[in-house]
Amino acid sequence: MDAPFLTVRNLTKHFAPTAFSRGPVVRALDDISFDIARGQVVGLVGESGSGKTTIGRSVLRLIEPTSGEIRFDGVDITKLSAGPLVRQRRKMQYIFQDPFASLSPRMTIGQILTEGLDIQGIGSRRERRAKAERALAAVELPVDAYDRYAHEFSGGQRQRIGIARALTLEPEFIVADEPVSALDVSIQAQIINLLRDLQVRLGLTMLFISHDLAVVEYICDTVIVLYLGRIMEVAPAAALYARPQHPYTRALLSAIPSLDPLARQGRQVLKGDIPSPANPPTGCVFRTRCPVALDACAGIVPPLRATTSDGHLKACIRDDIA
Amino acid sequence: MTITAPDPAIDPTVVPTAGPQTKGPVRRALDRFFDNRAARAGLLIVVPILLAVSTYSLWWPFSPNAIDLRAINKGPSAIHWLGSDGVGRDVMARLLQGGRISLLVAVCSVAISIVIGFLVGAVASFGGRLVDGTVMRFVDLAMTLPPVIFLLVLASIAGTGIAPTILVISLLSWPVLSRMVRARLLELRERDFVVAARGMGAGLPHLLFRHGLPNCIDILVVYATLQIANAILLEAGLSFLGLGIAPPEASWGNMLNLARSTVVLEQYPWQWMFPGAVLVLTVLAINFIGDGLRDAFDPRSDLN
Repeated sequence: MDAPFLTVRNLTKHFAPTAFSRGPVVRALDDISFDIARGQVVGLVGESGSGKTTIGRSVLRLIEPTSGEIRFDGVDITKLSAGPLVRQRRKMQYIFQDPFASLSPRMTIGQILTEGLDIQGIGSRRERRAKAERALAAVELPVDAYDRYAHEFSGGQRQRIGIARALTLEPEFIVADEPVSALDVSIQAQIINLLRDLQVRLGLTMLFISHDLAVVEYICDTVIVLYLGRIMEVAPAAALYARPQHPYTRALLSAIPSLDPLARQGRQVLKGDIPSPANPPTGCVFRTRCPVALDACAGIVPPLRATTSDGHLKACIRDDIA
Repeated sequence: MTITAPDPAIDPTVVPTAGPQTKGPVRRALDRFFDNRAARAGLLIVVPILLAVSTYSLWWPFSPNAIDLRAINKGPSAIHWLGSDGVGRDVMARLLQGGRISLLVAVCSVAISIVIGFLVGAVASFGGRLVDGTVMRFVDLAMTLPPVIFLLVLASIAGTGIAPTILVISLLSWPVLSRMVRARLLELRERDFVVAARGMGAGLPHLLFRHGLPNCIDILVVYATLQIANAILLEAGLSFLGLGIAPPEASWGNMLNLARSTVVLEQYPWQWMFPGAVLVLTVLAINFIGDGLRDAFDPRSDLN
C-alpha cells in the first residue's frame, strides 16, 4: 500500500483568550491523528461542538492549528509560507454546509465560479468561462445560470453551485462540511448522489463531515467518530456499523430510528449534553456520559489503538465489552 | 483530471429558474430608491442646483467678483436678480460661485474621508487582534476630541483657502465611517463565501476589493450623501468664523458671514437670506437622498 494521501498527526487546536479578552482556553481539538488514502472518502461524525468543522478547516489551513502536522501528498501544509500555500490551495477545496451563506449575494454565478481561477491566475477570460460552464454542467445546472445571481436559486441548486465552485480549480481533495444537512430530504439524496458520482468520476479524495450516520454509511469508506475534540473510534464503514467497538459509537448507532419494534427495546440513550470544551472531563472525555465507565476511566486518556485486525481503532480501555 | 459532461444515468431533476434574467442587488436597491417620494424630491432639488452651479458662467452675465459701482447694496432687480452686496458685486453670481466652492469642498473632503475611513476600517478588521485593538483605540481618541475645538486648531494650523478647508473637514469626519466599515468587515470576514475565497488562495487585496468593498457599498453611499450635507455645513461654519474660504473668494459660509453686521442683517436681507436659504435647501435635499439610499440598501426592506 502506498503512502496515504493526507496524513494528520497530533492535530491540536486551542482557542486561547487574547490580550483584549478574557475567558478559558477552549480545547476544540486534542491530539487528532488520522490518514486518508488517495481516492478514499472518510466520514467524520460527531455531535454539534465535537470539532468536526474545526478539523475540516484546519486540514485546509483555513484555521491555524495550535500544533500538529498535516501532510498533504507529502507536503506539510502547516509549515508552508504564503506563496506556496496559495499554490497548494488549488489542490484542496471546501464545500460548505449552508448554501445560503456560502455564495456572495453581490456576485453573479459566473463571477463566483471563476473567482478561484481568477485568484490563481489560471487561463484567459474565455478559458475561465469555459471551465466554469463545464463545472455547471458537471453539477447538472443549465449554462444560463452563469449570468444570474445566487438569490435566484433554490437551496439545492445553490448547493450545486457551491460544489461547482469547489470543482473549477480541479482539486484532488475536497472537504465537504455537512453538504446536505441544510437541505430537505428529497434534495439531500440528489446532492449525495451527485457528490458520490463526482467523487468516483474525478477520483477525488474526500473528507465528508456529517452528523447523519445513514448518509455517512452510504458514501464513506472509513468513518471517524469524534467526541469533544477527540477521536473515539476509527473503522471501515461496514465494520463500524456491523460491530461498533466504542460505547459512544454504540449509543450513536442505537439512536438511528428503526422500524423494528424489538430493536427499540435495546436502545441506549445518552443522558445529558456534551460537556464544555472549555472544561473537559479528565481522563476519557466521554466517561461522564458513558454507560460502562469505570473509576479508572478518569485516570488515563485512553489511546487510540487497534482492537481487531480489520483496521478498527478505538479509544476505550474497556476491552471486555466488545 | 478534467471535468467531463454529466452522466445521463443521474436523474436530471434540476429545473432551471424560468423567466428573464433578473437584476442584481444594486439595481434592486436603486429601484427602491426611485420609489421613495422624499428621495425623488431631494433629487429634484439637488440636480437643478448642481446644474446651475456648474454651468452658471455660460448663462449668467456677471462674474462673482465683478464690481458694479452703480449697484452698491441694491436690492433684487431685473439686472441683479438677487441684488448686490456692499461693494457692488452680484449676489446671484456669488451665490452660484459659492455653491461651486461649497460643493467642491464637500465632495472632495467626503471622498478623502471615505478613503481614509475605509482603509482604517479594513486594516483594523483584517489586521489581526493586536492591530485592531491599537487602531481602534486611536480612532476612539480621534472621536473624543471636541469637534469644534479640533476644527479650529486644525484650521488655524492649516490656514484658509480651499485645500486646507478640504483637509480639515476630511480629517474630522473619517472615524465614524471607519468604525462602521470595521464592523461590517469583521462580520464579512467570517462569512462562508469569504472563507471560500481564502480557501482558493485569495490575498488581502482580493478580499478587500472583491468582497469587502462591494459589501460596504451601502454604508459608503449613505455615509457619503449624509456627510456631504454635513461637510457643507462645516464649511459654512468654518467660513463664517473666518477660517474656511477667505474673501474675496465666495462660499455660502462666508456670504453668511456678512450677516454679522447689524446693518446688513436689518437693511440688506437679500445679501444673507439667499445663501442661507440655498444652504438649508441643499442640505435638506441631500439628507432626503441619503435617507432614501439608506432605506433602499437596507436588506430588510427587500421584503416589500
